[in-house]
Amino acid sequence: MSDEQDHKLEAKSDYVADASSVSTPDIDSVPDAELPDQELYHSHSWWTTYVFSQDAKYIGIQYALTAIGTGLLGLVLSWLMRIQLAFPGLGWLEPSSYYQFVTMHGMIMVVYLLTALFLGGFGNLLIPLMCGARDMAFPYVNMLSYWAFVVAVLVLLASFFVPGGPTGAGWTLYPPQAITAGTPGYNGGIILMLISLILFVAGFTMGGLNYIITVLQLRARGMTLMRMPLTIWGIFTATVLAMFAFPALLVGCLMMTLDSLLGTSFFMPAMVSLGETLTHEGGSPILFQHLFWFFGHPEVYIVALPAFGIVSDLLSVHSRKTIFGYRMMVWAIVGIGALSFFVWAHHMYVSGMNPWFGFFFATTTLIIAVPTAIKVYNWILTLWRGNIQLSLPMLFSLGFIVTFLNGGLTGLFLGNVTVDVPLSDTYFVVAHFHMVMGIAPILVIFGAIYHWYPLITGRMMDETLGKIHFWITFLGSYAIYFPMHYQGFVGVPRRYFEIYDSPYIDTSTLLLNKFITIAVLIVGAAQLLFLYNLFASARLGKKSEKNPWKANSLEWQTPQMPPEHGNWGKELPKVYRWPYDFSVPGAKEDYIPQNQPPSEIIGAKVEKT
Amino acid sequence: MNKKKSIFQLLTEKPWETDQIEADNDHQGRTVNITKQKLGLRTIMAASTVLFSLFIVAYSDRMLVNDWRNMPEPWLLWFNTGILVISSIVFHQATKYAEKEIFDKTKNCLFFIGFLAYSFLIGQLIVWYQLMGTGYYATSNVANAFFYLFTTIHGLHIIGGIYFWGKTTSKFIKRSLKKEDINNLIDICAVYWHFLLVVWLVLFGLMLSS
Repeated sequence: MSDEQDHKLEAKSDYVADASSVSTPDIDSVPDAELPDQELYHSHSWWTTYVFSQDAKYIGIQYALTAIGTGLLGLVLSWLMRIQLAFPGLGWLEPSSYYQFVTMHGMIMVVYLLTALFLGGFGNLLIPLMCGARDMAFPYVNMLSYWAFVVAVLVLLASFFVPGGPTGAGWTLYPPQAITAGTPGYNGGIILMLISLILFVAGFTMGGLNYIITVLQLRARGMTLMRMPLTIWGIFTATVLAMFAFPALLVGCLMMTLDSLLGTSFFMPAMVSLGETLTHEGGSPILFQHLFWFFGHPEVYIVALPAFGIVSDLLSVHSRKTIFGYRMMVWAIVGIGALSFFVWAHHMYVSGMNPWFGFFFATTTLIIAVPTAIKVYNWILTLWRGNIQLSLPMLFSLGFIVTFLNGGLTGLFLGNVTVDVPLSDTYFVVAHFHMVMGIAPILVIFGAIYHWYPLITGRMMDETLGKIHFWITFLGSYAIYFPMHYQGFVGVPRRYFEIYDSPYIDTSTLLLNKFITIAVLIVGAAQLLFLYNLFASARLGKKSEKNPWKANSLEWQTPQMPPEHGNWGKELPKVYRWPYDFSVPGAKEDYIPQNQPPSEIIGAKVEKT
Repeated sequence: MNKKKSIFQLLTEKPWETDQIEADNDHQGRTVNITKQKLGLRTIMAASTVLFSLFIVAYSDRMLVNDWRNMPEPWLLWFNTGILVISSIVFHQATKYAEKEIFDKTKNCLFFIGFLAYSFLIGQLIVWYQLMGTGYYATSNVANAFFYLFTTIHGLHIIGGIYFWGKTTSKFIKRSLKKEDINNLIDICAVYWHFLLVVWLVLFGLMLSS
């Protein structure tokens, strides 16, 4: 008892001592650096500067452009599929091409666009800058990571040109059908797909190693973990998830490659195909499903967590307000990351597993909604009484909150076994995952690109074009996916290339299909506007001032903007606070950058959150 | 350097409190007090552990199906296991010598380790050759397929190890690095060697016991 009191007294006197020390002149002092500055690789030629670059900023841009280029192919594939669905009478696509496009669209969007763009693109660009490092921990490995990704993309695209075309097994690649005659690309395309994924995993592991070590070990002085921007928390946690989840994909891909090439029976059961008994026996297709979804569900959060982090920072900067409940946000990110490894079988309710197993996974799925809901509340509370600027990043962030909430709520429906069974494999599922995993993260990506564009090019993107782009994309995606929820309820199955004159399908769905397709074409075309804005603004855009959004985080505090090789000039920044000190009473400006020494802001009173 | 804190202590810090601000301003920017290479190796080992664990899970699941026919364990596998054990011991010795700056002995140890690693790989290939000679193909039973898969993945890890062993050895001989740095690299290689020994013992034990 008395001990406790002593403690309290001590703490109090410490506080007093601190308060008095505020007036002394050496409040800016930080201990000398104990660690040597990082040695950098300096490029000597055009090739090593722009192509085989070892500078994380360039690698980030390379990753982003490659991912966006691949994503455009995914977008075009979705156009082709939608035209087929709306006008089946045209005979636009063969059934086999429809399946191939579905598969490639899914895989490209999830892995080669979203994962690569968030972790490879934004990770490389932002981690060293936001943490106050000169570069990644292992720049050479980082370069290898990008080129492994390029090779993976090329192998994937090559599958369009092999006999039989790309695989049409659906992005989940379930055996036995993925490697059995009758599925498009069962002996050529699927092998290239598996090899491409193996390369992607290998490349990602090299990149992920860099992200983890850089965040943990190369931060600026004063940058504790709990002073990091939430963007870094999101990317970091997602990388950790990826390092644990991608091995499952690797195991599945390797064993399926062997099943297909050598004729082993890891996943292939004894079966009769086209009247012939296959040599396989005893393999377990369910095993592949478990492996795939042990990767597949964390993959959802590998995409979502960086989006959560980025959107938190955008909301805070553009509403000039501290993020509400910073620690809770960090805990939610870490908690969601941990829980995401215990929910995978909710993708497999109809695979015939034990009902108690389903009960367990339904429970964990509902539990993971708790930290997610905390995040949504905190975003809304961040906006509450904030000085909201309706800039482009803010618009996209607001769009994200609504869309994510929408997609998350339908996820609660599907997480329950009894609700999922009738809805499974209908358009309701398609609508759900496109809302939550497609539109929501992509809105964040757009917001982030509009936000960090000046950091990369030194110019602003065009505001008017951006607003047109936002409203068409935002409203358009609702025009596309809201009707799909209804279609799912009336029982329209997914992955059917034509519905024919089924008496079980309501005629209204045919009309809706046309409506959705028109919306898809318009939304897709609006992305061309974005691309024009992206490339044209690099030359024509309005010159940006330094730190145009008046943000606190370190990436805007570099001596030059855009930052040069090595980021920080002679001296590494010193960090004195977290990046969320906006609208602080008593401060001259409405923001206090992380590296502004305390002596320059005497009188500013930071409020507790 | 910063005091060691558990992950829970780190996550419950309140970065806005006066005491915490003082402490945080003194922070050197490193979360754990080890070199980035060492932490990198630990990250890779964690990812590898997940990879091998998933293989083991797949193995255990597939084993239950009644088409499973056990494979014989050639005596050569025991011999190869012995080689791995010896190379781990020698590597441990090498780190000791490097620390004491006994240049010649460290060099000899490193060369011997390289010889052992290559012998292990050749030994594994001979096992493959023998098994295939007696009709145990990957296609004839899934137990065989798992054996070939495990040895391949483990072998690839060894080849990765040999690559870094080569880099370290050449840097050691050229003396192109500071003493701490080269000792750090030798340490890292040694830890990786021990890791691969443990992985092999687990995989071999699994195949023996089933």
